[in-house]
Amino acid sequence: MNPKIKKIKEFWKDFSSNKVAVVSLIVFMLILFVAVFAPLVSPTDPYDLNTVSIMNSRLAPFSEDFSGNYFLLGTDGAGRDMVSAIFYGLRVSLGVGVLSGIFALIIGSFFGISAAFFGGKYESVVMRIVDIQLSFPSILVALIILAAFGKGVEKTIIALILVQWAYYARTARSSALVELNKEYVDAARCLAFSNTRIMFKHILPNCMAPLIVVGTLQTAHAISLEATLSFLGLGLPITEPSLGLLIGNGFEYMYSGDYWISIFPGVALLITVASINLVGDHLRDMFNPRLH
Amino acid sequence: MTPFIFTRLAQSVLVLFIMSLLVFGGVNLVGDPVEMLINPEADQAEVERVIRELGLDRPVTEQYWYFLVNAFKGDLGDSFIFGEPALKLIIQRMPATLELALFSLFISLVIAIPLGIYAGYKPESKTSKIIMGGSILGFSMPTFWVGIIFIMIFAVHLGWLPSTGRGEIGTFLGINSSLFTLNGLSHVFLPALNLALFKISSVIRLTRAGTREIILQDYITFARSKGLSEKRIVLVHILKNILIPIVTVVGLEFGSLIAFSTVTETVFAWPGMGKLIIDSIYNLDRPVIVAYLMIIVTFFVFLNLIVDILYTFLDPRVRIKGDSQ
Repeated sequence: MNPKIKKIKEFWKDFSSNKVAVVSLIVFMLILFVAVFAPLVSPTDPYDLNTVSIMNSRLAPFSEDFSGNYFLLGTDGAGRDMVSAIFYGLRVSLGVGVLSGIFALIIGSFFGISAAFFGGKYESVVMRIVDIQLSFPSILVALIILAAFGKGVEKTIIALILVQWAYYARTARSSALVELNKEYVDAARCLAFSNTRIMFKHILPNCMAPLIVVGTLQTAHAISLEATLSFLGLGLPITEPSLGLLIGNGFEYMYSGDYWISIFPGVALLITVASINLVGDHLRDMFNPRLH
Repeated sequence: MTPFIFTRLAQSVLVLFIMSLLVFGGVNLVGDPVEMLINPEADQAEVERVIRELGLDRPVTEQYWYFLVNAFKGDLGDSFIFGEPALKLIIQRMPATLELALFSLFISLVIAIPLGIYAGYKPESKTSKIIMGGSILGFSMPTFWVGIIFIMIFAVHLGWLPSTGRGEIGTFLGINSSLFTLNGLSHVFLPALNLALFKISSVIRLTRAGTREIILQDYITFARSKGLSEKRIVLVHILKNILIPIVTVVGLEFGSLIAFSTVTETVFAWPGMGKLIIDSIYNLDRPVIVAYLMIIVTFFVFLNLIVDILYTFLDPRVRIKGDSQ
């Protein structure tokens, strides 16, 4: 059998030993599908002004309007179907979360691995910056960026990258330090491969397991943080309605008892973040040698 | 030892300087406060007068220099909105935030430590699995959303607790706080529980991990072989030994409670400095934004400096490494 396929099969056998993690993975896949294909799977386009009618504003869940449109989760203050708004919101939330996660992973592992590889002054400066940054709570880092530079999609993504990169850098460095002592690195050096090649073709792939664990947990955190910032009105603008913004919109109707406008987007957010966290938690246990 | 403290101090000052540049520079690039402050019907002369009054006609570098000089004198500028010193506004609101953070720290310890010890003591039991599952849920739940749900259930639906503002303020031992009146406590309870939620999850995990490690130690085996009751082992031997690391970590994370209180304060309309900064961002009240960010960054930088220095006293390994640098 192809060794790669065998490895994947072994991995899956290990992974599927935890039923909760498997269910979480399936749930997350469903959410991902909905987010990617939101325009196709949504009952209506919540941001098409031709179909949204203010006459339908704040309909309760399971209700119908006069033309027979059915609203499973009700409508918001502008008469948008909540199901569709949540699907589109997931798209924005996941998009921002995953995008910032990928950038942070690239930046963080670049600095982490190069710090481990070159050592010396460079390493101590990089790791000192990482330490200093990690001593600030994530929300404060994001608050500084957004309060100082204003809100917006790219600023939110930059804030989320800044919040996350240090975790990746620290993880990448510690696993790269272990890898550097292995024989394959010596062999690659003897073959006079360039430093870049050794760092990113040889060491990086072997650091991927812990980075993926950090990646899942950090992405969940980023999605949650983005929702918080958008709720506060500091993150994404109204033109990019993420789940946090939807919850914020519903907040004003809470006191009049129209619970669904805030609650359902929050449930979607919770399920998304929890499913990623549960998968990440299990992955961490799997890759943790101390538990075997 | 001394060179270590000296380098750390220099680093702290450097961080503060970079932050001041970043914050001041950033804030001065965003929006136009004049537009928000002035009557839209004001004529050109009036607009120019206000600009001159606020010092906005000078070059940014000059404004920054004045800002630095004044900051050293304890003057962080006057709020555009309130017309009062920004520092005074923040200090006025600080007690509300501190009392919220302290109370929520208290709640989180009281709830989380017993649950964590139980989960570590009987890791295979059903209850423990539920506790651990709950802690993951607690990590995953967005704080602001839980706050909204709290308001909906306890304030709107059941009408048990108030959902906005700070209650009556009582005085005890010369300290003014709403924790000393029943009405004040009823106001602080929901926001504090909301703020505590995340901390509860993390302290449960910390306590559980600590308990699992301690339970394998020789002195626990010894205590058991001495015939001590399990109750005594848990309450004395385990609890005492996990308290040290927990108190250290939780003390350190008190700062993060203050940072996260911005969210809770906004949800519950709690009149603390967190709500002030969010309101100021909306109103583009630059001096207050800059003052808040500088105060909180200074607070964190010095908190970390103190912790670093304390560690060198407590842990000789850090000291040796520091000296060789």
